[in-house]
Amino acid sequence: MQNQTIFFKNDIKIENTATIVGPKEHEGPIGRYFDKFVKDDLLGQKSYEKAETKLHVSTIKYLLNKSGYKDGDIDLCLMGDLMDEISGCNFTMRELDIPFMGVYNACATFAESLIIGANLLDSGNFKRIICSTSSHFSTAERQYRFPLELGNQRTPLAQWTCTGVGATLLNRENGKVKIDCATIGRVIDYGVTDANDMGAAMAPSARETLLSHFEATSREPDYYDLILTGDLGEAGHRLLILLMEEKGVRLKDNYSDCGILIFNRMGQDVGQGGSGAGCSSSVFNSFVYKKLVCGELNRVLLVPTGALVSKTSNLQGESIPGIAHAVSFERI
Amino acid sequence: MNEPNKEYLELVKKKMPKSHHLKTMFRAFWVGGLICCIGQGFNDLYTHFLGSKMPEEDISTLVTLTLITITVCLTGLGIYDKIGAYAGAGSIVPITGFANSVASPAIEHKREGVVLGLCSNMFSVAGPVIVFGITSSIVVGIIVLIFKGAFV
Repeated sequence: MQNQTIFFKNDIKIENTATIVGPKEHEGPIGRYFDKFVKDDLLGQKSYEKAETKLHVSTIKYLLNKSGYKDGDIDLCLMGDLMDEISGCNFTMRELDIPFMGVYNACATFAESLIIGANLLDSGNFKRIICSTSSHFSTAERQYRFPLELGNQRTPLAQWTCTGVGATLLNRENGKVKIDCATIGRVIDYGVTDANDMGAAMAPSARETLLSHFEATSREPDYYDLILTGDLGEAGHRLLILLMEEKGVRLKDNYSDCGILIFNRMGQDVGQGGSGAGCSSSVFNSFVYKKLVCGELNRVLLVPTGALVSKTSNLQGESIPGIAHAVSFERI
Repeated sequence: MNEPNKEYLELVKKKMPKSHHLKTMFRAFWVGGLICCIGQGFNDLYTHFLGSKMPEEDISTLVTLTLITITVCLTGLGIYDKIGAYAGAGSIVPITGFANSVASPAIEHKREGVVLGLCSNMFSVAGPVIVFGITSSIVVGIIVLIFKGAFV
């Protein structure tokens, strides 16, 4: 490990991925890349919490079916979501006979699970690990904001939590895409207190992670075909470009944001774009992975960003700490 | 490292998009005005039919009840939040906004049971309004009591 960056000794490959998203995400610009979508985001359940769990279970089962494995063939599931005590994942794993470890880094959870998973595989003690995260618009609204039916106005900086699950099956033998290195981020808090302005809360941590990554790997932004932050949204995306320029690094057209890609901002009334733990995982495991496999992209840097906010801390006047981890993917 | 960074907060203030005040105010005023007109419409309607049997005060209470009933129905049908997203304060300030802020958490928390879910969360949004309403009415009451002579 050097400058927060891990270089893996073995090739950690992505054997397969699976994504299931909600109706709004399916209508978005990259809707056709998702494996499956649901028409009703309640999935016929009694509560949205149950719906998110069902979505997560279905995605993992679909991933297993797709790759021809049974529960027993998987050594570990590394999962996270946005609900209290990551309860969605806990109930998901009740349905599956796979060892489970829960992880949480808000919307950067997907990167966290990939980094831990890749390291465990690198150690040689594990054969196959599933990394996945989920989020649901309605459970997140309840967790962090107001009741769904409350007639309040969204601020211009608000983002729309994605309803979706993305799961990645990692192993050391099969696959066309490998994780070549990863940078673990530090918590950065510049004092942003507006819980609606998550782009501004997370952009500084994304900058720190990107700078350490470029320094440790001696790479330039041009090295990657695509640099993808998690959910900074349109305004946060522009802010990060500005912040990077301050440090003399220019992010060009190869830089985008999962929150911008997943929705059509003009037509879908989503504020600054998508957000949530499921945003980066569903975009990566569908759109990005498929482009990597078919060769349209060769090197991708995924930098999921997380605003480590809770409703209580925010009400007590705490500012919002941000975190970002970077994972570098390469086509083999 | 993690002290509030004033320069950054300035930059954020300058660069991040802001609300379009003219647009939101226009929406708030026309929707808010429309809701008041609907209320007045009901008032005129009730006065026309019941004016001879009912004092004016009861008629305005009846109008309030009508507006609350309509709002609660619209909240249940998932329409009022869309009106609110468009109009903002225009649909929050009238009595309809208050009704919506009581009905919406009630719907949301119904799944946690009637007592600990629905009832205890019913005023999670509207609670402050009630607290301030009661407190200010007590303060005003005391002032009236002390300076009674001045008001007569």
